[in-house]
Amino acid sequence: MSRSRNLIPAALSAILFAATPVAAERLNIGRAATPEEIKGWDIDVRPDGQGLPVGKGTAALGETIFQERCASCHGEFGEGAGRWPELAGGSGTLKSENPVKTIGSYWPYVSTVFDFVHRAMPFGAAQTLTPDETYSVTAYLLYLNDILKDQDFEVNEKNLASIRLPNEKNFFMDDRETAEKEFWTAKPCMTNCLPKEATITSHARILDVTPDKAADSAKKAPPVQ
Amino acid sequence: MSEPKPRPDPSGPTSRRSFLRTSLALGGAVGAGVGTGAFAGRAAAAATEAKNLPPNVPEWSQSLGDGVVSRPYGRPSKFEADVIRRDVEWLTASRQSSVSFTPLHQLEGIITPNGLGFERHHGGIAEIDPAEHRLMIHGLVEKPLMLTLEDIKRFPRVNRIAFLECAANSGMEWKGAQLNGCQFTHGMIHCVMYTGVPLKRLLEEAGLKTNAKWLLPEGADASAMTRSVPIEKALDDAIVAYAMNGEALYPEHGYPLRLVLPGWQGNMWVKWLRRIKVGDEPWHTREETSKYTALMPDGQARRFTWAMDAKSVITNPSPQAPIHGKGFTVLSGLAWSGRGAIDGVDVSLDGGRNWRAARLDGPVLDKALTRFYYEFDWNGEPLLLQSRARDETGYVQPTKAALRQHRGLNSIYHNNGIQTWHVLPTGEIENVEVA
Repeated sequence: MSRSRNLIPAALSAILFAATPVAAERLNIGRAATPEEIKGWDIDVRPDGQGLPVGKGTAALGETIFQERCASCHGEFGEGAGRWPELAGGSGTLKSENPVKTIGSYWPYVSTVFDFVHRAMPFGAAQTLTPDETYSVTAYLLYLNDILKDQDFEVNEKNLASIRLPNEKNFFMDDRETAEKEFWTAKPCMTNCLPKEATITSHARILDVTPDKAADSAKKAPPVQ
Repeated sequence: MSEPKPRPDPSGPTSRRSFLRTSLALGGAVGAGVGTGAFAGRAAAAATEAKNLPPNVPEWSQSLGDGVVSRPYGRPSKFEADVIRRDVEWLTASRQSSVSFTPLHQLEGIITPNGLGFERHHGGIAEIDPAEHRLMIHGLVEKPLMLTLEDIKRFPRVNRIAFLECAANSGMEWKGAQLNGCQFTHGMIHCVMYTGVPLKRLLEEAGLKTNAKWLLPEGADASAMTRSVPIEKALDDAIVAYAMNGEALYPEHGYPLRLVLPGWQGNMWVKWLRRIKVGDEPWHTREETSKYTALMPDGQARRFTWAMDAKSVITNPSPQAPIHGKGFTVLSGLAWSGRGAIDGVDVSLDGGRNWRAARLDGPVLDKALTRFYYEFDWNGEPLLLQSRARDETGYVQPTKAALRQHRGLNSIYHNNGIQTWHVLPTGEIENVEVA
């Protein structure tokens, strides 16, 4: 199967070609954002490294930070505590019945690790890690996932984007409109659509994990994302 | 006309009865549980209720009620106290990054009340002082903008009714029938009227550069939610909204500002919107790489699956809303499509073997919830109820089996498969799958 990452669904391409640069008359509402204001909030990072702040870190430094700031939820080795997310491991599980989707096994880009940790972690104390701490935690997560082998290797704004994750090539653009085009049947069957009477194959009642009352709502069942 | 006798409890000796009793006890409600099957409470209260029944004059016909402004902000009757959002604790590790569910089985029409619309937060509900909120628009623009809420309300406005469905709605049902109730299987959805400014108008104010291809909206909450949005959607029908159903957004829905992207997965409707960056490539943020990507059986994964496909569910009868006896029965449900307006809904009583057209009632709007009905005489036989939505693009809602053929069992999101409810002779309903 050919799956181009640049494939654009038909509906989107229709509006793509209709789109023109916007150049209407201004209403002169609001004011110009200053460079200082933008700098304070403009923290996003792209896979090509655009947006990375100046800084550096190593896995060795990151290990100390991770144990203090992250391990209580994510485990000492990123294996996840309780139902909190696993950050490492799961290599080779994506085709299995129970895939383990971690930075090493699933995520396509290192930039996302840096960006997400920097903007939203630790959970409950977001945006408290400095750029250097974030580079170090990122390096440690790469080390836990066997992406970096040397715990003293310095990750910085110049080389982060050149570090590649193993699953990068396995993402492809939404292709439902072609891959699932049989669903655009318009006139479905109305009578005698099954060869015989329908039979029940699965009961929610038997699994019985629907919350009934407060004490029941923590019933054990596989967590979903 | 003789007084109706309390019917035997149709829900049987199941855990659902304790569910209902608990909610009644919590809400202090008695008897009135229309659509909840709350017969046990009704029987127990029969003696006290009789004094308000003919030929007696009810107490509320003899004494004065509360005066005006005793409820400065109105609320539902105390007898509707079990009509609430619910959560499923085992789904997530924390309540701050979690979801609650809209009680679809207790609602009618197509508009979701603001206080009942499901919640999905990644860092809890940000409580924002609107005077201290700003929307910054920057990046590939001629003039980076800093806007206050008052500034945004000076732009020309639009009103639009749209559904918002979480990409994970019905996601717990990929591997089989799991949760007993459409609130839990389909309740990560709401539909309201938004008021706001077309995003296009704000981008015009900033002035897009010719290489502007993507936007990065960002939230002001502790998750600082970001998604990459193609510029074509922004110039088409995206709205920066500050009101829902006529009043300010509720804090849990992004007060004071949220992004509205009709038809697209809820995750992209960034709440507490504080920043829009314009760029020339997508950012591949956590919410479009680790999350909101669909793992396929071959180990590859779809990304940027924005549109929510046509879908429907029968809200009554359903596991939380059993049938109250044989005879004339109103089947009520919702259909929607992120690709356009609903063209029609078919209903089956025999698990998909035979179908009949349902009746659409009320407005049938582009990318909005649509109400359908099918009335029939129930003779007490078991039924396998299904609904099948069709949209104006010719898309027909597939079975779960058909979806699984393409996607396997681990794609988490975008489960729009046909739902089956098993009606038992008692009138009780269960969530099942059929073949």
